[in-house]
Amino acid sequence: MKKYSVFAIAREAMRGHKGWEEQWSSPEPKKEYDVIIVGAGGHGLATAYYLATVHGITNVAVLEKGWLGGGNTGRNTTIIRSNYLYDESAGIYDHALKLWDGLSQELNYNVMYSARGVMMLAHNVHDIQVLKRHVHANRLNGIDNEWLTPEQAKEFCPPLNTSKDARYPVVGAALQRRGGTARHDAVAWGYARGASARGVHIIQNCEVTGVKRAANGAVTGVDTTRGFIGAKKVGVVAAGHSSVIMNMAGVRMPLESYPLQALVSEPIKPVVPCVVMSNTVHAYISQSDKGELVIGAGTDQYVSYSQTGGLHILQHTLDAICEMFPIFTRMKMLRSWGGIVDVTPDRSPILAKTPVPGLYVNCGWGTGGFKATPGSGHVFAHTIAKDDPHPINAPFTIERFRTGRLIDEAAAAAVAH
Amino acid sequence: MLLIRCPYCEEERPELEFRNAGEAHIARSANISGESDDDFEKFFFIRSNPKGIIYERWRHMHGCARFFNAVRDTVTDKFVMTYKAGEPKPSKLPKNSNEGVAK
Repeated sequence: MKKYSVFAIAREAMRGHKGWEEQWSSPEPKKEYDVIIVGAGGHGLATAYYLATVHGITNVAVLEKGWLGGGNTGRNTTIIRSNYLYDESAGIYDHALKLWDGLSQELNYNVMYSARGVMMLAHNVHDIQVLKRHVHANRLNGIDNEWLTPEQAKEFCPPLNTSKDARYPVVGAALQRRGGTARHDAVAWGYARGASARGVHIIQNCEVTGVKRAANGAVTGVDTTRGFIGAKKVGVVAAGHSSVIMNMAGVRMPLESYPLQALVSEPIKPVVPCVVMSNTVHAYISQSDKGELVIGAGTDQYVSYSQTGGLHILQHTLDAICEMFPIFTRMKMLRSWGGIVDVTPDRSPILAKTPVPGLYVNCGWGTGGFKATPGSGHVFAHTIAKDDPHPINAPFTIERFRTGRLIDEAAAAAVAH
Repeated sequence: MLLIRCPYCEEERPELEFRNAGEAHIARSANISGESDDDFEKFFFIRSNPKGIIYERWRHMHGCARFFNAVRDTVTDKFVMTYKAGEPKPSKLPKNSNEGVAK
C-alpha cells in the first residue's frame, strides 16, 4: 500500500497520475479462511481491519453480495454522536467516538470526520426533562453534553426558527460538541484499503446462500454464489439481512427489518453549521461539504426488504424541517432513497457470540449504526479473535431477550437513534 | 404508500388509515405467568422477519378500527390477500395475487 501524502500528489502530478494503485484488490476466493465476515459495509470492513491490525489475523475474507459499502453504509445521514442514556450504550458509542478522532490519520485516508456539534431540540416540558436527564447521565459517564437556552441554540445554528409563535417552539436544546458527521463512503473505502493491504480478501458480488455446520453444530463455512468457502469462524454483519443469514444457521433472531429513508437537497452555500435533531417532530438535518442539506426521515411501519419507503414518511419529515427552518421552504430536493435497517426490541445492537459455535453476530444497529462503525468493528474483532466479548460489548448479547436484562434505549428516546 | 384492503369494510384504502400491528398468528399463552423464559422470549421478542411472504396484522385505525390479517411479500411490498381476525392462516395462497385482494 502506497501512502497517501502531499508528496504522493506532487509525484503523481509530475507523471500524469499514472502511478495511483487500486485501493483494494479483488482476489479470487480461496477454499478456506480463518475468518469469514458476511457483509462488506462499514462495520464488516472495520471488523476485518481490526482483526488484521489488532489481532494479527489476516487470513480473512469479507463477502459482499453487492458492492462494497453499497448498503446502509452508503445510505445513512452520516451523523456521529455518543450521547446515549444508559451506561452500556454510552460505553460502546463513546468508544467509537474516540476512534473517530484520529481515524483519518490511522487509516491514512480522509474520512472527513467533522466535530461540528450535534444539537437536539426540546419543544415541550417533557423534552426538557428527557434531554436534561441525558445531559446529566452523559456527564456522569464522562461524555460531553450541555444544555442550551433557545437564544444559545439560535446562536449555535442561526437559520433555526426560535420565535415564540413557531409551530414547534424551541424551548431549549442539548448540545454534544464532539458529535458531528463524517464521509460515509470514505469510511468503508478507508477500512477496505487498510484491510486489503494487510492481506484481507474483499470479495464483492458474492452472496452467501447457506451456512454449513458440522455434526457437533459448529460452523464449517458458507455456501455462496461463487461456491463453498470454508472457515471455522463466521461473523455475520449483514444489517437488514442479518436475520436472513442467521436463519440459514438455524438461529431465529429478535429482529425486524424496516425501510428507513433519507434525502438530500440541491447544493447551497454553507448555512447549517451543525447537526440539528428533533425527536419530537422527528427530523434531523445537516449540511454536507458539497453543500447539500442531508435530511433523515423515519422508518415505515411495516417489515420490508424493498429498499423503498412511503412518500408520506418523507413529507412528514419535510413538514417538520420547513417549520423549524422556514428559510428552506423553497428548497428543491435532489434525491431520496431507502435502506433496510434491522431493529431490535430494545433498540440496542447485538454484538455477540451465538448459540452456534464459531458463529458471531453484529447486528441490530437499527436506524443509527453509522456512528458506531469504528467501535463496533474494534470490539467485534476482539469477540471473534478471542472467542469472548470485549468488556464494552459484553452486555450486548442475544440472551438479554431471555434474561430480561435489556439495554432499553427504545424507552429512553423512542426514536431517532 | 400502500393500498390496503380492509376485509371488514371491503374497501381498498390508503395506508394512512391503518396501523401495522406486527407479525400475525403469534398466540399469547393462556397462562402467561407460567411460561418459561425460553417460551416467553419466543412469544415476545423472536420474530420470523421473512424476506418474502409475511403474515402480519393490521388495524384499520381511521376506519372500522378492527384488527385483521394480511399476507404480503416483503420484497415487493405487494399484498397477496387480507382476511379477518380469527380466521386460520391460509394453507394455500391465491395464484393470482390481484384476484379479490388489494393490489
